[in-house]
Parts: sequence; C-alpha cells; structure tokens
Amino acid sequence: MNTNLEVNIAGIKMKNPVMCASGTFNFGEEYGKFFDLKKLGALVTKTITLKSREGNLPPRIYETPSGMLNSIGLQNPGVEMFLKEKMPFLRKIGIPVIVSVAGETLDEWTALVRELKGVRGISAIELNISCPNMKMRSGRARSTMFSQDADATFEVVRKVRKTTNFPLIVKLSPNVTDITVIAKAAQKGGADAISLINTVLGMAVNLEKRAPVLDAITGGLSGPAIKPIALRMVWEVSNAVKIPLIGMGGIMTARDALEFMLAGASAVAVGTANFINPRVIPQIIEEIKKYLVKNKISNINSLKIGTAPIL
Amino acid sequence: MVQIFKCRILENSRVGQNYFRMIFAAPQIARESRAGQFVHLRCTTSIDPLLRRPFSIHRMDRDKVEILYRVIGRGTAEIAKRKAGEIVDVMGPLGQGFEIPKGGEHSRAILIAGGIGVAPMVMLAEEIKKVRESKCLQCSDVTSEITESFGQRVRVLIGAKTKKELLCEKEFKKSGCEVKVATQDGSKGFKGLVTELLEQSLTTHNAPPARLADCQSLTRGSTRRTTIYACGPKEMLMKVAKITQKYNIPAQVSLEENMACGIGACYGCSVKTKNGYKLVCKDGPVFNADEIVWKDEYQPGS
Ligand SMILES: Cc1cc2nc3c(=O)[nH]c(=O)nc-3n(C[C@H](O)[C@H](O)[C@H](O)COP(=O)(O)OP(=O)(O)OC[C@H]3O[C@@H](n4cnc5c(N)ncnc54)[C@H](O)[C@@H]3O)c2cc1C
Ligand SMILES: Cc1cc2nc3c(=O)[nH]c(=O)nc-3n(C[C@H](O)[C@H](O)[C@H](O)COP(=O)(O)O)c2cc1C
Ligand code: FES
Repeated sequence: MNTNLEVNIAGIKMKNPVMCASGTFNFGEEYGKFFDLKKLGALVTKTITLKSREGNLPPRIYETPSGMLNSIGLQNPGVEMFLKEKMPFLRKIGIPVIVSVAGETLDEWTALVRELKGVRGISAIELNISCPNMKMRSGRARSTMFSQDADATFEVVRKVRKTTNFPLIVKLSPNVTDITVIAKAAQKGGADAISLINTVLGMAVNLEKRAPVLDAITGGLSGPAIKPIALRMVWEVSNAVKIPLIGMGGIMTARDALEFMLAGASAVAVGTANFINPRVIPQIIEEIKKYLVKNKISNINSLKIGTAPIL
Repeated sequence: MVQIFKCRILENSRVGQNYFRMIFAAPQIARESRAGQFVHLRCTTSIDPLLRRPFSIHRMDRDKVEILYRVIGRGTAEIAKRKAGEIVDVMGPLGQGFEIPKGGEHSRAILIAGGIGVAPMVMLAEEIKKVRESKCLQCSDVTSEITESFGQRVRVLIGAKTKKELLCEKEFKKSGCEVKVATQDGSKGFKGLVTELLEQSLTTHNAPPARLADCQSLTRGSTRRTTIYACGPKEMLMKVAKITQKYNIPAQVSLEENMACGIGACYGCSVKTKNGYKLVCKDGPVFNADEIVWKDEYQPGS
C-alpha cells in the first residue's frame, strides 16, 4: 500500500510531518553526525536575535521528573553570523528550513526579519514570541512575553507580516490563562500557522544549599512531563482558529506524535527527546509510517479524531 | 567519531561504600578515546530519569571501557542496579580530553584528584606513561629512563574526605606514579585538603616558587616543564587554578556542569571563560585553568 506522509503547512511542503523543535537541535550540524538530516520533515533553527546573545549564567538546566528545566537565555550568534556561518550548511541539506527569530521590541523584530529578506533556502519564519528567558521591552508591559498579551501578539505579528513575504509561524506560550485568545490574535495579525507549546514556566529548589537550582531562578519545563498540557492546548486552539497547527511538548515516540495529530495538529515538532536519543526523529517517522500501513490509512492528513474503525 | 552504542555490561560492581565500577564492551569507543573524554549513559530505558548521565572514561582495555562512579542521586542509583549481561545505551566518546604537551615525554606531570575526580586521572596516568615509554624522537632515548633519573616520576595527589573514600591508589602505583594522599579527617596521609598538599609539595618537596621559575627559564627552549592536571569538585579546581597561577605553572582542569545533549546542541552546559561562554560537553570538559572565569570572579550584573 502507498502511504502518503506529505503535509503542506502554510505553503511549506514537507515530505513528512515531523520536524525538530527550535533550540533543541541547534543548527543541525551536531545531529547530522547521527542521521541523514534529509529525513527531517523540516528543520527549525535555534532562535536567533538581531545581536548575538550570551545567554544566562550557569547552571542552566536541571532534570525534573520526566522532564527538564532550562534557562539558556537564547544564547545565539546573532543574525549576521547566522547568515554567514550557518545558512550555507542548512541550505545544502535540501529540506524546508524554518528560521526561528525573537526580538525584544517591535523595531527589533522588523529589523531582524528584514535581514532575512530574499535569503535563499529559508522556507518560513517562526516568531518565538514565547521564550520564557526573554522578555518584551515595550512601553506597556516590560516583564511579560509578547505571547502573554493578545494585543502585543497581534501587533508584532501584523508588523512582521508587513515586513516579509515568508510564511509566518507564530509560536505560543502555555503560560497564559486562555491560549485561544492569543491564538486568535496571532491569526488576526496574519499568521499562516501556529506552533505550540513553548516551555511551561517552572522552578527547582536545592534543599541542601537552600537556594534555587537555576541561576536564573525560574526556567522552562519541557519533556514528557508537559505532554498532557500541550495536547490540551493543541486541542483548544485547533477548535478556535482555522490556520494549521504544529504541535509539540513531550513527544518521545510515534505514538505521542500521532496523539498530537489527532488532537488537531497538522505537523509535530520533537524537542527534548533529541537530547536522549539523537536519532529519535527518523525513528518516529519510520514508526508513523508503520502505523499508517498497519491501520490502512493512505494519507496522514486524513488522521482525525473519531476516524477509528468501529470495533 | 561520536556514536551511540548498545553495549553489553561485563561487570558492574561495588568498589567502596558508594562507589561502583562498570565495565562494558565498546570496541570503537575504546579505540578512539583519550584521557579526559567522557561517555553519556542512559540510566534505564524509561523516561524517568529522563536525561543521560555523563561519566569520564576511567580506563580502557582494547575493546572494553570502564567507568568509575559515585551513587549520588536517582540516575546513578539506577545505573548501579544494572547487572552484567544487560545492555547499556552509551553515547561517546565525547568532549576534548587532556592535552599532554608536545615533548611531554620529558616534562613533569602532577595529577590532582579530589573524590570521584580520580576517575579520568587513572587513564591519564596510563597515557602519560605510554608517552614516556615511547622513544624520544630528538634524543632517540627511551625517555622513561631519563625522566626517572631526573626524579621526574608522575606525581599523583589524591584527596578524599576519609580513608574509606580513597580510591585508585593502587592503580596509580601500578602505572609507576608517586602517590601522595590527603584526607580531610587525617585518617590517612596528610590531614587537610589536597590543594594544601599541592602547595606544600610545590614549596617544600619540589622547589620554592623562585627556584621553580628559575628552573623553567633555565630549561626554556628545551621541553622539560611541569604541567598540572586536575579533576574534582569545583572549589578544589578553583584553588588549583589560583595556586598554579601563583607559581606560573600551566594547569588543565576537568569541569562538570549539568548536561542534556552532551554534543553541543542545547547550550545547557555553558561555563564562563575569558573568551565568553564555552560548552563543557564540546569545548571541554578539560580547559586550561587560566581560561576559566571562576564563580568568585563573576562581575555583578554580568
Ligand atoms: C564531564 C563529566 C564527567 C563526569 N565523570 C564522572 C565520573 O567519572 N564519575 C562520577 O561518579 N561522576 C562523574 N560525573 C558526575 C556525574 O555525571 C553525576 O554524578 C551524575 O550525573 C549524577 O546523577 P544522579 O541522577 O545520580 O544525581 P542527581 O543529583 O539526582 O542528578 C540530577 C541531575 O543533575 C545532574 N548532575 C548532578 N550532579 C552532577 C555533576 N556533578 N555533574 C554533572 N551533572 C550532574 C544529573 O546528570 C541529572 O541531570 C561527571 C560529570 C561530567 C559533566
Ligand atoms: C534546552 C532548550 C532550549 C530551547 N530553546 C528554544 C528556542 O531557542 N526557541 C524556541 O522557540 N523554543 C525553544 N525551546 C522550546 C522547544 O522548542 C519546545 O517548544 C519545548 O521544549 C517543548 O517541546 P519538548 O517537550 O519536545 O522539548 C527550547 C527547549 C529546550 C529544552
Ligand atoms: S550538554 Fe548540550 S550543549 Fe553541552
């Protein structure tokens, strides 16, 4: 039987629905030692900023039950170095490359996106408006993420939309009371797709030292521990917007990935799992294929809740 | 090159109160590793504990790799439960190991190990021994004889809380090293910290700072110099850095930091250096001591 794993999200043609999650795959080089990166549905880069960023003081990561906290602080080489040193490698892989970007002010966002104008090999831009380690600097709310404020979300997406022709994916934070409000604001601002979820804010305390574990005190929780939260939010958002969703949060296996697709995601991203098994993405893709064959599903896009055979 | 291997455990046994030694079959890792490099192990096949755990390569023997570890938490407790015959998921070899300086066959070496920090030092001692037993290309002598005659045996300083926690004394002696011990409670050897022992050995046993500097300038151009190699708790390494700076002796230290990926992809294991952040897993774990910005040197607000 022929199985079709191809998906098309916001005009990005992917030969399968599995990509890496931003910040967990760097710019691909390290993982290229473990498998042929051509196998990826798409590659999402580490978030880059206009100027290079040093990141936070160590310790930056800490393991928690079935998960981990991180406070990397968006350490990255900045857009100029990215284009010079990373883009040539990415371009050569021959798969859709999604460049994740973040800014602290509206001007920074637009300046950054302008730098990417016309760059060959980029298929889409992901707006990381949800990094818990970077706060927005605008008159109104200095200490929140863009994605914690519907108006700020709308504004940044609209501004960037006017600046670039690349498809825009907007990445949302779970650290909100109602994620559908933010998702709708992103859609209204002109987003072509939504990716969710970024990490869940958390904290760890060291009893012996009577101090927070992370130097930044709080960090973002990822891994299997957040999967139920992520599934719930994908489900909620899929019922609230029309644009396609990229689901993520704790995906370790093909089964996890398929659950996200049933909850309403058109594609999925794998993050923390790469750290445990650098070959996990091609393995997930193979397993999805097997599942489809076994269940006689010819097209992955027809996988929807309520489509199970009646037993 | 780094790869993932499913390795058969050949032995996993207790060697002290909380210390274990695991030997597993990994021909490729054994072939390619150098002292100071590490492997990244999965504790179990389940998702909890989730992350891999880094361990220095303690020794290797043709197709076998050995790690020496202390049980301190959930991950190491799980690893200690694994039995011979089982399979362990190992990523490696990772990181940059110790660098034996060019002409190292003639140079002095002092190895300082605190607690479980002995783990990579045993392999280093063996590596230095091998270098010394090789013929010197310039003077075409078997160099170990020369160095022996100069009284230049590899000196190892081991620090432990108590005599009970002292590890690997025998292994070092087997490699022909001169071993000195410091215990905090004085139950064996010098009473105090191993860094105090280092200072003492640099001032009294070896040469006072002036004479040492003298000796170095005398031999400048030739290859005989001292290199200090250290692995242990951060406070110890920081002290080693200060002492070696005072005596102007190059030192290499092996650092630890919490890790996720182990391959330089997550930026989780950063360490502050004079040239910005570096990654312990990829640029280290071994660094030149004078390159590190130690915690007490952090600028407020940086
Ligand atoms: C390069 C390198 C080489 C090492 N070599 C050895 C060795 O040869 N023998 C040995 O016994 N130990 C070694 N360690 C330390 C060892 O990795 C930790 O003791 C171990 O990860 C603790 O796991 P746990 O689950 O038992 O402890 P927990 O405290 O429960 O671990 C919680 C989390 O913190 C991390 N963590 C805790 N302590 C350390 C530490 N000191 N360094 C890095 N991560 C830590 C764990 O990996 C885990 O993610 C090395 C560490 C590094 C970075
Ligand atoms: C170490 C680490 C770094 C991350 N860096 C970024 C980043 O730079 N940009 C971003 O949009 N998300 C970042 N994330 C979030 C992930 O992309 C993902 O949204 C989240 O981890 C949930 O997925 P997971 O459970 O599969 O990891 C990071 C996550 C981790 C664990
Ligand atoms: S552990 Fe991921 S970069 Fe070092």
